[in-house]
Amino acid sequence: MTTNSPSEKRLEEMREKAWKEGVVAGKGVDVAGGPIPRKPGYYGQAVVKPPVWTWEIPLYFFMGGMAGMSAVIASGAVIFHHVDLARAAMWLAAIGGAILSPVLLIMDLGRPHLFLNMLRVFKHRSAMSMGAWILTAFGVCAVPGLIALELHAHLIFPGALDQLRSIAAGVFTFGAAIFGTLLATYTGVLIGATAIPAWFLHRTLLPIHFGTAGLGSAAAVLELLGHRIPALNFIGFYAATVETALLIWLSVDKHGVADRAIHEHRSGWLIRIGEVLNGPLSLMLRFFGLVPFAAISFLLGALVSRFGWIAVGKVSGSDPESVFAAERY
Amino acid sequence: MIGEGLESTNQRKHSYVRDNVEVGFFTDPTVCIGCKACEVACKEWNQVPDDGFIWSGNSYDNTGHLGASTWRHVMFLEQDRAKGNQIAGPMSLDEDPFRWVFLSDVCKHCEEAGCLEACPTGSIVRTEVGSVLVQNDVCNGCGYCVVSCPFGVIDRRPSPLPDAGGAFKCTFCYDRQKSGLVPACAKVCPTESIVFGRLDDLRARGAERVRQLQQSGYNDAQLYDPTETSVRGIHAFFLILGEPEAYGLPPKPQIPTIYLKSAWASAFATAIASIIATLLAFAFFR
Repeated sequence: MTTNSPSEKRLEEMREKAWKEGVVAGKGVDVAGGPIPRKPGYYGQAVVKPPVWTWEIPLYFFMGGMAGMSAVIASGAVIFHHVDLARAAMWLAAIGGAILSPVLLIMDLGRPHLFLNMLRVFKHRSAMSMGAWILTAFGVCAVPGLIALELHAHLIFPGALDQLRSIAAGVFTFGAAIFGTLLATYTGVLIGATAIPAWFLHRTLLPIHFGTAGLGSAAAVLELLGHRIPALNFIGFYAATVETALLIWLSVDKHGVADRAIHEHRSGWLIRIGEVLNGPLSLMLRFFGLVPFAAISFLLGALVSRFGWIAVGKVSGSDPESVFAAERY
Repeated sequence: MIGEGLESTNQRKHSYVRDNVEVGFFTDPTVCIGCKACEVACKEWNQVPDDGFIWSGNSYDNTGHLGASTWRHVMFLEQDRAKGNQIAGPMSLDEDPFRWVFLSDVCKHCEEAGCLEACPTGSIVRTEVGSVLVQNDVCNGCGYCVVSCPFGVIDRRPSPLPDAGGAFKCTFCYDRQKSGLVPACAKVCPTESIVFGRLDDLRARGAERVRQLQQSGYNDAQLYDPTETSVRGIHAFFLILGEPEAYGLPPKPQIPTIYLKSAWASAFATAIASIIATLLAFAFFR
């Protein structure tokens, strides 16, 4: 197959040895000193591209989820006349959803100065486009809703004008609640409808996880701010119970090689730690009446698992075998 | 004059853009000599920046993979029966224990393009000739197309390269095509391994080439053009020897929009459940 010159023979010997031992001794086949496992696909190159997103995106997932669901709690508080709670929740919604979330998103853009191009088109087939519009609509409702509530609290327009104000407060708060639920859940659709195997295989679980983690986070922050009322405690129980169920779902609904990024590597540990913190641990702490600890545990879990899911995307997207396995079902 | 049959149109002027004719690339590794002229021509014409010189140790391929600054990529497969590397599935010509394959990879310009559907700015559009084009001045670099491409083609260009932050991929030399010129890679290909032309002609040419090769004993020759998946076919299709996995090509690529329905259903259900849970909380545990 090759010539019989001594140098060629030597090269062939080195190749054979390298393949047998799995480590390159000299130059010629692969990088010297490096291991040479039989790499899958084309030299182990990624088949799809892993996400380019950095820390801003998982933090936004956390922030947007909490802000969006805060507006839902604010609506409940408005209906049942918990004015102080409604105000606190709307502050959370406005700061988290109308200020911090857009800032985080713009920071992550490759060209931040072109952020307004997000509102150049409306594409219902693009979850990113829908998200941009949902976030805009949420901001447009949350800020006037907060202003109307504060005007009422400080009795700035007494009398007939206050009637108008309370209508405005109701409309904008409920509007923020509707868009808020979408703001908290669309992020699951966003990463669920991609070419990354570990993400699209769990596209049903992701919106449930992100939305419920958002609701629980909103309740947890409000509790930590001093609003220790049974209603928020119930929401905390609900969210921790759903998260516990999702933890079980995730450990039962395994897809082998295709979604191994969720169960292996550092990304797998992030998911596991996050889910334990906002699932069973938070539930147990709440059960024993340790509400502040339960709230902190839930918030940490919600944050860690968001970072976990982005890490999973990076690992899964760089793994050619996962892509092949997901497609060859 | 359009409709040149099975003859190559690589060296002719054309009016496909004006005539709204769907065009494509047919890339044939069996005549590729691995000269990388396509990579060079692409970089030069499109002024794609240098993204580093790294010795990969992977045969003669130091390009790596398609990306923001690599729009043509020549693959070097060393299929060695004895060592079992680079092989997916049975290999034809059993008496031949070693096979070297070169294939010039490129953006597939999908019939249903994941990047195009995902783009929230409308930066990515479909051109008159059916290719998928990123309008660089509109792209704000959100990175959603990167995870929406089932072939891992498009990527965001990192700083400090020129024009950093935007998403880039093969333009199908839209600027050249508007002037009746053939894309740079096809124009320069010395063996016509890359053929540019009308899509329907190319498909016929590809089928004919597969028949020829199979008759000559290459019974694992096949066209890589996933028409049966939700991508519904690609405009830059390939002839491959063996299975697509060996080339790092997804065996059954899907456009991610097919996952939208179940994901949104789950999102709406979660939204409603959260509202109900909150109302119940306030109603019963005031």
